[in-house]
Parts: sequence; C-alpha cells; structure tokens
Amino acid sequence: MNLMMLLDMAAEAEPDRLALGRRADGLTYGRLKDLAGRAAAWLADQGDNVIYGDVSTPTLPVLLFGSSWAGKPFVPVNFRLAVDRLEALIATQTPAVLVGPQSAQQAISAHSTSSAAKAIAGTVSSDADWSFDDEDVAIVLHTSGTSGAPKPVILRQRHLVGYVLGSVDFLAADPSEATLVSVPPYHIAGMAAILTAVFGGRRLVQLPVFEPTDWIAAVREESITHAMVVPTMLARIIDALIAEGDSSAGLPTLRLLSYGGGRMPIPVIEQAMQLLPHVDFVNAYGLTETSSSVSVLGPDDHRLAVSSDDPAVRARLGSVGRPLPIIELTIRDLDGREVPQGEQGEVWVRGDQVSGEYGSRSSLDSAGWFATKDAGYLDPDGYLFLAGRIDDVIVRGGENLSPGEIEDVLINHPSIKEAAVVGIADVEWGEVPACAVVFEAGESVDTVDVQAWVASHLRSARVPAVVHPMDELPYNDTGKLLRRELKPILQGLHRP
Amino acid sequence: MQLKPGSRLKSQVCDTQVVVVKAPKDDVDLRCGGAPMVDAAVTPDPSVSRDADRSAGSLLGKRYADEELAIELLCSKGGAGSLTIGDTGLGVKGAKALPSSD
Repeated sequence: MNLMMLLDMAAEAEPDRLALGRRADGLTYGRLKDLAGRAAAWLADQGDNVIYGDVSTPTLPVLLFGSSWAGKPFVPVNFRLAVDRLEALIATQTPAVLVGPQSAQQAISAHSTSSAAKAIAGTVSSDADWSFDDEDVAIVLHTSGTSGAPKPVILRQRHLVGYVLGSVDFLAADPSEATLVSVPPYHIAGMAAILTAVFGGRRLVQLPVFEPTDWIAAVREESITHAMVVPTMLARIIDALIAEGDSSAGLPTLRLLSYGGGRMPIPVIEQAMQLLPHVDFVNAYGLTETSSSVSVLGPDDHRLAVSSDDPAVRARLGSVGRPLPIIELTIRDLDGREVPQGEQGEVWVRGDQVSGEYGSRSSLDSAGWFATKDAGYLDPDGYLFLAGRIDDVIVRGGENLSPGEIEDVLINHPSIKEAAVVGIADVEWGEVPACAVVFEAGESVDTVDVQAWVASHLRSARVPAVVHPMDELPYNDTGKLLRRELKPILQGLHRP
Repeated sequence: MQLKPGSRLKSQVCDTQVVVVKAPKDDVDLRCGGAPMVDAAVTPDPSVSRDADRSAGSLLGKRYADEELAIELLCSKGGAGSLTIGDTGLGVKGAKALPSSD
C-alpha cells in the first residue's frame, strides 16, 4: 500500500473536483496527482529524506504525496525551530533535502518553498510506479516533547493507509464540502487532515498561521463545512466570536468542528455548543504514535450529554468517546495487567494504524499492544475518560488525583480564565496538588478563596496547596501545556 | 492464489483492479467476472471471457470483504465484472459512518 494510492483513486474518479485551496484558484485532484508525480521526479536524486520546515502551503500536500511516490520518508518539522536544533534534527535524517525558509548545512540541498514549487512544476512527471511495500516509511514526526526530548515517530505506509481506509469512506464528501486545516504540518492532525480529506473527496483549505479572526474569516470566505482545532484554538475562536457582539455573522456554513490534541476544559466546550448550536462537535483522542484518532466522542454524544439529567451521561462531555471500530483498547495497571472496568490505569491500544515505533526501536509488546502513557478509565458503556499523562497524575498519600478534574473546577470560577495543576513534593503526603492560574482581565482572587472554591466542589485532598497567579501559562506551539516548566516554580513556593 | 496485503491484482476480463487490504493465510480462488484475477503486472490471457452471470460490476473505492475468509480488497479501479471467491460473491463492506475527526 502507498499514500499515492489514495490520491490516485480520487484523481481517477474525480479528476476535476477541487482538492486543495480556494474555490477561485484551487487545485483539482487531477492536477494534485500530476504535481505529486513531478515532485517525485524532482526528489529522485535529492537524498533519502524530505524535510519540510514551513507553514502549510499548497506545496505541502504535493511534497507529501510526491515523497511517497518517490519512496522517501516525509519529515515535517517545526518551522520555529532554532537553527542549532534544526541542524541536529537534520543530522539524524541525512542525506536529506530541506524545503522551507531556513537553510541548513546538514542538508544536502535546501530550497525555499516557492523555489521548490517552481522547480517541481517545471519537472517532467515521474514515469516510475510507486512502491507498494507496506513497510516503507511514509512520514516521520517528532513527538511534542512536553515531558522530555522530542522523539522521532516512524509512520509506515501500512499505518497511515490503514488509518485512512478504516476511518474514511472513499469520496463520501459532497463536492460542496470544505475542511479548514489550521494545525501545523508537524502535528499528526495536520498530516491526517490531508490524507483523510483527499480520500474522502473534501476540499482542503489551509490556514498557514492560526489567528482566531483569520480562522473565522476563512470559514466565511471559503464556506468551510468542516474543521479541526486544538482546545486552545477553540477557546480563542469563541472569545473572538463573542467580541463581534450582536452584529456577528456567525459561522453558518460550519457543520462539524472536531477538537483534540489536548484536554478540552468542559466550560469551553459547553460555551462553544451554546454559541454554535447548529454545529456537530467531535472530540477526538489520538497520538502521533497511533496515526491520529483512536477514539471519538461524536455529535450525538455531545448533545445527549448536555441535555441529560443522568449524571453519568452528562459526564461524557468530559470523555473522549469510544474507540474506533478498527482499534482495540484496554486499561492496564503498572504491571501491564488489565484492571477491572471503571478503575484507572494506563491506556493501551492495538490496531493497524498503531506504530509505536521510535527511531529504530518498536515499543509495541509481543502481542502488538502500545502503551500510550496516558492515564484513564472506561465507564460501564465503554466511554474513555482520560486523566492526563501517567507522569502527571498526582499521588497524594496513595490516592491518585487527576490534574484535569481540579483544573475544570478552577476554570469554572468566574474570575479564573486558565488554570494548570501539577503535583509537587510534600513531606507529609509525598505529593500534593499545586496550581497556576490566569485571572480574567482586571480581576484577582485571594489564595484562600481559590482554595475554598475548590473545597466547595471537590474532596479536600484535591485542594491545591499552592495557588500561583501568572500573566499566562506556558504552552508549546500546538497548544500543549508545558507542565514541566510549572513544576519547579510551584515547588519553590511550597513550604513543606 | 496466495494473496499478500498491499499487492495489486487486475481482472482479465474487465477494467477492475484491486489492492489487497487483508489476506487470508490459505490460497484463495479470487475471480473477477468469472475469470481468475492476476497480478497487475501480468498480461491477461486473451482466451478468457467475462461470465455474464458474474457481471454486476465492481465499484471504485468500495471495499469487498468476507469476514469468514479474512479477506478484504479495496477496489482501486471499477469494472464490469463482479468479485468472487470461487462462485461465492464478495460483499461490500458497509459504510463506517464515523464522524470526521481530522
């Protein structure tokens, strides 16, 4: 199997349908395939790996498919990487061609994206067939590295094609549909968005740099029907829509908004559903190592949850839904034994799309299971609830506390805009929760009042020992909270 | 014939082409339009012809499968012949109806 097979089928069936870009001047499936063939020929004598270090451009999907056609791994990297880190990363991928605004000594050749696009368009298309070897490496992505150094994740043709075939129906989208991609290319959701849109027949519109007002403008101008965002983006979109006031044109064309890539605070999704009642919301949980989503909470689950009187059904708004039909999922204890239903443990998954391969090392167990390092539990109906990274779970006097549960309560305080909870060392309890908070503009709350607020909603073990006001919380480029940066700050404020 | 995931096969009697998604361990008698399918690189036998009773056609993009046989094919080019294992037709795998998540 090969990613090119997905594009080839779409180009065969609907050569004139718009695949990429604006309605006015976008590329058709036929043209996209043609350019992929030219890119394959252009890449033929340019090293073993194709490194892409730019924001989303029309050249991104061309190079992604062209790389698969040429049988070369496609390696999107963060365009904000410092030069020394970029050089170090390319050194592990050499010989490599680099496409993007930076140049690098470690690359055997480097091209700006526009000059690469020009060269590709001027190259005669490859007349070679693409490889059908399932084991070929299609994409290499680096994990976000919130808890340690970023690791290269190997995604083979069989993982990605397996994910697309198992989760999308061929050309199921109506030609009027369009999806807006605003996550960067080096994020698995950015790659998966291209693949699923192409096979599903949904026009792909790229927003190179996310700004809430640009995102809203793009939805309106291009009649966007589908989009995927990370939680911090959704919160900013909601704020921007509210700021438009009563004269807001809303987002009438938007039908489905999926979110993932981090924990969604319940108050944010509730507000989004209220503001956009016509939109279907989908919560997707997945990892780079699993070629994108492994479980989804669908639109009906969202609507049922907000309208239900049953606390168990209401709680599902905080769940990541049920595993995809092509995924097996279990919860295990630290010794790798399955825990009884309802108990918290580590989430393990297995399926065609699961790579679990870092560099040259596979982390799958002998039966093909991958330990996600995410803590969670399943409710009686099979809905998965996540409790943060295993390393982030706070163990206070033998009791496991989930940072997210405490963060949700904090964010519900009318004067608190953002909150982050981490565990810090404590002489008496081993570990206790501590929090950093960002207040709403012009407001503040005393530490004891924040603690009293938590105590009025949760058991006393969950009351943060430290409350530290900050102007902003530390996030990485894709909206993931950098807890490791908070820990030493909060620890320094704690007198055990 | 012995199938392998990822391998491409074509019909000898119509335009149909498939990619093997899941392959059974044992040999299977995979046919299209009544005639055995062949490797995509092989020149078809000009003497075989399409069986009129096996001509409901195959559709581009559909997945054809038989759970019991643990076989799944993706139709990468549609054609006039129907896909069968021996004389047994392969069913179209139902739509997944999953919400878009990317």
